[in-house]
Amino acid sequence: MMMAATLLSFLLPLAGAIVLGFSGGRLGPRASAAIGVGSVGLAALATAWALLTFSGDSQGFTLWTWVSVGEFQPTMGVVVDRLSLVMMSIITGVGFLIHLFAVWYMVGEAGITRFYAWMNLFVFSMLVLVLADNLLLLFLGWEGVGLCSYGLIGYYYQNEANGRAAFKAFIVTRTGDVFLALGLFLIFVELGTLDIGLVLEQAPRVWAEGSVTANLAALLVLGGALGKSAQVPLHTWLPDAMAGPTPVSALIHAATMVTAGVYLIARLNGLFLLAPDVMWLVGIIGALSLLLAAFAALAQTDIKRVLAYSTMSQIGYMFLALGVGAFDAAIFHLMTHAFFKALLFLSAGAVIISCHHEQDLSRLGGLWRKLPVAYAGFLAGGASLVALPLVTAGFFSKDEILWQAMASGHYGLFAAGLTGAVLTGLYTVRLILGIFHGQPRSDHARHPRPGTSPLRHHLPLAILAVLSTFVGAWLYPGLEVVFPPPPDDATNAGHTLFQFLATGAVLAGLALAGWLFLARRRWLDAKVGRGLGARLWILFNRAWGFDALFDRTLVRPWQALVRVLRFDFINLGMNLPAVIARLCNAGLVRSQDGQLRTYAKVMVFGATVILVGLVMTQGGGA
Amino acid sequence: MTGIPMEHGLILAVILFSLGLAGLMLRRSMLFVLMSLEVMLNAAALAFVVGSTAWNQPEGQAMFLLVITLAAAEASVGLALMIQLYQRFRSLELHEVSRMRG
Amino acid sequence: MELGFYLSGLVAVLATVGLISGSSPVHAVVYLIVSLIAVALVFFALGAPFAGALEIIVYAGAIMVLFVFVVMMLNLRPEAKRDPLWLRPGYWLGPSLLALVLLVALVALISDGQAGMTIDGELITARDIGLTLFGPWLIVVELAAILLLAALVTASHVGRRNKPRGNRNRGGTR
Repeated sequence: MMMAATLLSFLLPLAGAIVLGFSGGRLGPRASAAIGVGSVGLAALATAWALLTFSGDSQGFTLWTWVSVGEFQPTMGVVVDRLSLVMMSIITGVGFLIHLFAVWYMVGEAGITRFYAWMNLFVFSMLVLVLADNLLLLFLGWEGVGLCSYGLIGYYYQNEANGRAAFKAFIVTRTGDVFLALGLFLIFVELGTLDIGLVLEQAPRVWAEGSVTANLAALLVLGGALGKSAQVPLHTWLPDAMAGPTPVSALIHAATMVTAGVYLIARLNGLFLLAPDVMWLVGIIGALSLLLAAFAALAQTDIKRVLAYSTMSQIGYMFLALGVGAFDAAIFHLMTHAFFKALLFLSAGAVIISCHHEQDLSRLGGLWRKLPVAYAGFLAGGASLVALPLVTAGFFSKDEILWQAMASGHYGLFAAGLTGAVLTGLYTVRLILGIFHGQPRSDHARHPRPGTSPLRHHLPLAILAVLSTFVGAWLYPGLEVVFPPPPDDATNAGHTLFQFLATGAVLAGLALAGWLFLARRRWLDAKVGRGLGARLWILFNRAWGFDALFDRTLVRPWQALVRVLRFDFINLGMNLPAVIARLCNAGLVRSQDGQLRTYAKVMVFGATVILVGLVMTQGGGA
Repeated sequence: MTGIPMEHGLILAVILFSLGLAGLMLRRSMLFVLMSLEVMLNAAALAFVVGSTAWNQPEGQAMFLLVITLAAAEASVGLALMIQLYQRFRSLELHEVSRMRG
Repeated sequence: MELGFYLSGLVAVLATVGLISGSSPVHAVVYLIVSLIAVALVFFALGAPFAGALEIIVYAGAIMVLFVFVVMMLNLRPEAKRDPLWLRPGYWLGPSLLALVLLVALVALISDGQAGMTIDGELITARDIGLTLFGPWLIVVELAAILLLAALVTASHVGRRNKPRGNRNRGGTR
């Protein structure tokens, strides 16, 4: 029963994608929307059914053997345990709400069928990724989501910049995928299998803790995760990926695809536990991305870019949790983040559409009366993002992460997380104030058209808002059965005190933000306008110059190499016979001067030579 | 009555042939070229007859007949061509007729 | 007999030299006729009267008349006297040298031969030649006939009168 439900949950979006993909323009916008949203909706129902019939133990089901070459026999199989059910619920549930909102958002756009086809294909790939029982099938889903991300970022392909952004996303994540593929090779060579369960069983037997191969394998898998999850240094694609439609940003680049890296590391927890140094690296990268992105978010002018850096920062929290061994906390934060980030993106989408595609912060303002639903969404989501104490789901998950970090003894990581929390408060307040308060700074902001459709506009926002509150935290099943124990296992002694501390930090951050952006606005603007403040602002705006760095060290040399290789010297060698033939031709053509006398002279000359030769050699006896 | 050594006859033929050849290479007017050709053919015919009389066999003179026929045929066609040349180019200079160059 | 041979040979050579160095077409034709008749005399001296007669009748009598007719028809004038090109050594040195070398080579080839035959002037009559031609060497007659047929067709087609083609000329350096 449960297996059937699980299979339906990913086969339905696949069917939707195939129908839409092969419809060849015969389906109108309404029909495409119906199929696209309907398939994901049915998939959500199937997931709910699977949840209800879940027995509590993990179950596996093999569809067929994919490849059979000697010892290499990966199957097309699914495994359902609590972790995959949580992920499935997020993907189909939040996915369905986003699809519903997309009907309102994308009204009037060209190529709707293509949009829903890609979205359905994406849902299918992501479900394959989380349900796969072996790493090869997981890799299939991994690549599938990368492809769909490319297709959706470049959705407005008529503008060349969007195409380039899609390229950038694809290439940067591809770089990570190469590492992941190498990791898979290594795992197969060493452990003889790609089945996840077997890998986790065999790894401790074959590899000693901290051995070189274990470290290498974990490092390679981490490389793949970094690309997909947009962590330092493979993060440069995420802000540019905001060129796609906002529902795409909500689904792919906030709730699901970018969390695939977190899921991968969580799933392969046994592998990472064998490589403590790599775990430490995971934590460091998480902290680094967390801070880097938070600073960058402070200085962005585009709404969606602020949210993109915010996503990167929150995923940094998840990586931090993974790094200290708190896998459960990481997945918890993944779930709450999916709720409130999707809510934020959808609300941003509401603002953007209402203001005629205006995305620049410096041109918005004063919208809180005219766009009440979007305002409410931003408040709910933003509160969860800054982890407002006790009422929001974000508080519980972020607090759990920070608590585990401290319990594990990594005080540096803990401090980074705490600083990040303060900064989160800063940029979120800046964002909300910039959009909704103050005076409207452009015509678009003065005359917005709010969304009114209750089903497509209000309902998704309302449901996500409810989930962003503590209700969302309640919904989370503990995943202790799936994961090895986190650093803080038994003692909860200092936890309540700790929660006060965290609360204090968050409130301090909010107060600071309020003071800076409300009371001392002009002073702040003056500080940023010149001198050190201006330079810092530019540094943050450009996200610490990673783009420029990669451009100089990787892109330009590559292009120079391509230019050099255009000159094909082997081709020159192959042209040599042709050149020689042409030279000989030019020479021989000179002898054809059209004069009869010349020809006669040459013939006589030839005859003479032969004759003289005969005379010499045969001595006249002829 | 001493005979004529065959070599002398052949040498006469060779001298005439070389003269005809020189004329062929040296002259620019087509008429003279054709006449030099006639001289060469004649020299070859002379060689055949010398051989025939040296060996006292009539076959050489049968070949001589063929050579004369050939000369006649060649002369007629050559002269017809010369007429066409004159009609088109208004001159018989061979160096002006060099369009098959290159 | 020998005297006739050598004298006629000398005349033939001299006439040919005059032919290739002359400038007037009519004079050249006359030189050629003289050369042909001298060669016919050589045939008579060698004891091949039929060949000699044939030479005069066909060669000097028919072919040369063709030449005369053409010279007459085209109204050829003597070429300009002593055109400068003729005088330049670069012009006549090469071909003359080639012809000379060929001559020397052939003479050397002939002189080295050991045939050692002498022509003693015994007559080869028309009867002998006729028996050969209509006997074992019949193919010569047939070949000659076909050759003449081909020449006839060719000459009558190539030599036809074209209407003057004014501006459609594809001719040389006009």
